[in-house]
Amino acid sequence: MKPESILCPRPGGLYCAPGGFYIDPTRPVDRAVITHGHSDHARSGHGAVLATAETLAIMQARYGDNFAGAMEAVRYGQKIERDGVEITLVPAGHILGSAQIVIRHKGTTIVVSGDYKRRPDPTCPPFEPVKCDVFVTEATFGLPVFRFPKSEHEIAKLVKSAELFPGRTHLVGAYSLGKAQRVIKLLRVAGYDKTIYLHGAMQSMIELYERHGFDFGPLAPATADKKKDFEGAIVIAPPTALDDRWTRRFSDPLPAFASGWMGVRARARQRHIELPLVISDHADWQELTHTIAEIAPGEVWVTHGSEEALLRWCALNNQQARALHLVGYDEDEGEG
Amino acid sequence: MRAFANLLDRLAFTPARNGKLTLLADYFHEAPDPERGWALAALTGVLGFEAAKPSFIRKAVESRMDSELFHLSYDYVGDLAETVALVWPAKHGANREPELSEVVDTLTHASRAQVQQLLEGWLDALDPDGRWALLKLLTGGMRVGVSARLAKQALANMGGVEVGEIEEVWHGQRPPYEDLFAWLEKRSDKPSAESPGRFRPVMLAQAIEDEDFAKLNPADYAAEWKWDGIRVQAVSEKGERRLYSRTSDDISGSFSDVVEALDFEGVIDGELLVMRDGRVASFGELQQRLNRKTTDLALLAKYPAGIRAYDLLLDGEEDLRSLPFAERRKRLEAFVARHNNPRIDLSPLQPFLSWEELRALRANPPDGDPQIAEGLMLKRWDSAYEAGRPKGPWFKWKRDPHLVDAVLMYAQRGHGKRSGYYSDYTFGVWKENANGDRALTPVGKAYFGFTDEELKQLDKFVRDHTIDRFGPVRAVKADKDFGLVLEVAFEGLQRSTRHKSGVAMRFPRINRIRWDKPSREADELASLERMLEKEP
Repeated sequence: MKPESILCPRPGGLYCAPGGFYIDPTRPVDRAVITHGHSDHARSGHGAVLATAETLAIMQARYGDNFAGAMEAVRYGQKIERDGVEITLVPAGHILGSAQIVIRHKGTTIVVSGDYKRRPDPTCPPFEPVKCDVFVTEATFGLPVFRFPKSEHEIAKLVKSAELFPGRTHLVGAYSLGKAQRVIKLLRVAGYDKTIYLHGAMQSMIELYERHGFDFGPLAPATADKKKDFEGAIVIAPPTALDDRWTRRFSDPLPAFASGWMGVRARARQRHIELPLVISDHADWQELTHTIAEIAPGEVWVTHGSEEALLRWCALNNQQARALHLVGYDEDEGEG
Repeated sequence: MRAFANLLDRLAFTPARNGKLTLLADYFHEAPDPERGWALAALTGVLGFEAAKPSFIRKAVESRMDSELFHLSYDYVGDLAETVALVWPAKHGANREPELSEVVDTLTHASRAQVQQLLEGWLDALDPDGRWALLKLLTGGMRVGVSARLAKQALANMGGVEVGEIEEVWHGQRPPYEDLFAWLEKRSDKPSAESPGRFRPVMLAQAIEDEDFAKLNPADYAAEWKWDGIRVQAVSEKGERRLYSRTSDDISGSFSDVVEALDFEGVIDGELLVMRDGRVASFGELQQRLNRKTTDLALLAKYPAGIRAYDLLLDGEEDLRSLPFAERRKRLEAFVARHNNPRIDLSPLQPFLSWEELRALRANPPDGDPQIAEGLMLKRWDSAYEAGRPKGPWFKWKRDPHLVDAVLMYAQRGHGKRSGYYSDYTFGVWKENANGDRALTPVGKAYFGFTDEELKQLDKFVRDHTIDRFGPVRAVKADKDFGLVLEVAFEGLQRSTRHKSGVAMRFPRINRIRWDKPSREADELASLERMLEKEP
């Protein structure tokens, strides 16, 4: 069976016709399968939602109890059937609860990887490669210039800077779901045991992770009393807050930003970042190309991002590939 | 190489001077010899190997990777060195990261043909930050916002000494500066400063305040004009002739005509100026000759430079610095008269009896060169020549700045303490177009002169009246019916082909916020243009 008759792009997102469901639809649909909880992939208002329990919990925390008509939680590896289509969720290594969607129908296997990465992350199980006929991949960082250093190296820079500039508050921009928890965990692994302060918008997702058994060490809200409290401290905030009047409560803030985009200097300079931390929850160029080479699917479909370079790489490596040009997913690495 | 690469990377993103000093001092403290010495040489621009051309680096990368992938990458990043650092497809093998000293040493002795191979091997061995640092080093110009002066200040901080002490010994030192670090770490004595042609730390003046005059006796002070050029130290000692800026940068290369003319034995403190037949030209003319690595003969003829002498530090072999100013002045007058050098003249003293008389002279300088002086200098007759900016012996008394009422047009967020504030302001004045309509044209940018309280008010104004955004910049509502008028003070005005308005201000700052003034009553470009005509 032609894979296009099993899965095809529609204005609302990727649609599986024989199963009657969308994957990460960008508009309300009857049946949705959700890869992970970032707001551009997981929206409210669908009829029925199938996802991991963690992803459903994230959506509930974001949108309230009635975010969808019906929810079905599945475990990684559990096989579900929808009108003769077999669906399996497999770890994607992106954030807590993130999954690749494996679709099997009449002998054809399609893997929709969602957002993923290949390097270790203390907050989620690692990506599992699955043999398939079609591998659907993102290409957020699909250019050879994106080569992320070891996250431990970036965290060491942050810890060292906090020691070197004890009078300055290290204000770390990190997306509130996934990145923030990973940065805090990495700081703890690096032996940083001081209180880490949080912007108010971080609170609910941190609590959600804690309910899932994660221990982040001493945390406190970054509410302003005395500027002194924050001297030399590390404060985690959503990236948008770095430009905000909110930052005035801190003594001589040193803006840092944990993002894959920080790998390119001009991007960091545009945002007035003094300490770029190249930490991403997405695959960099090496991870993208190694993953494709490892899985060696019959065909690669690229959903969104810098598909041009990735398609070129595929052509050079005799790998069938095409771009789907899906719209509605942020290039801003998760959430804007 | 790794520590040096990390240092460069942080320096490039750290805008504040103090932040840079902290990073530098930490590096000099942590890095071993001779690594740190080579790093210091790289940062102060004294490394002496031939730079690699960008085309050469491009060739190296294109031989390794698909050119379409390279071009997509280069288009995205926009900077060749950075693109290559990121995309370099490393060959695996015996990759030992080279040390900075090894790179410098090898390059100093390598032929051009060898460099290509060496470069590829090093790029294979380094990580992206290391590659970036290596390519910066090879293409010349670190461009991380560190001047030689700043690097010396960091050394001074590290060793707990005055920066003047570093400057004094600097020109006798060679990379990798092991003696210098040994002294700063108190492992050995201060290196000898006795190399001929060295720089002597300069004496600087404090700005005088109105309330100071009551405490000062006019009879204790000499007055002279503060010339509007660059303060220099001209050294001619045992055959070594050099021209230094007041921060000890050797600027001999840009002023070979002056250096050649230093046919004396001694050290003069003076002002470097463009001079024609004993008359001083504007700073704008001198600027044509600044920051040029080589001298262009036509330029040299068009803008002839000379020195107007303020002081004499060394007369023959005799060090005069401990003598009182009155004594040194006599020696200087005799020295200038004796040498009768067409490129060196004497900065004349301005006689006066009372502060009131001097104040009047400052407001209305006599005809001739004083018309374009920056103001006056006051020097105690009994003052010795001390390094640094001691309180009391010397004062500068600048002329009142020019003022213009301009309208706030754009604002940009600041750095560090000001990162949450819109603190850099672009302002404009009215310009009439061919149809007789008036529109604002930007004439300058200022980011100081206001109090913290005023900054908050300005920031609020910007946020409340933003009409457009371009990255970190906001456009602010500014038209004939609405806009914020800023009284801008500045030191001088020059013609500029780089600015749309055709003028460029020197040292602009916000003097006053004119909340009361309607935007349509701000100044016209024509009134600024008239000021240009007045400047000779």
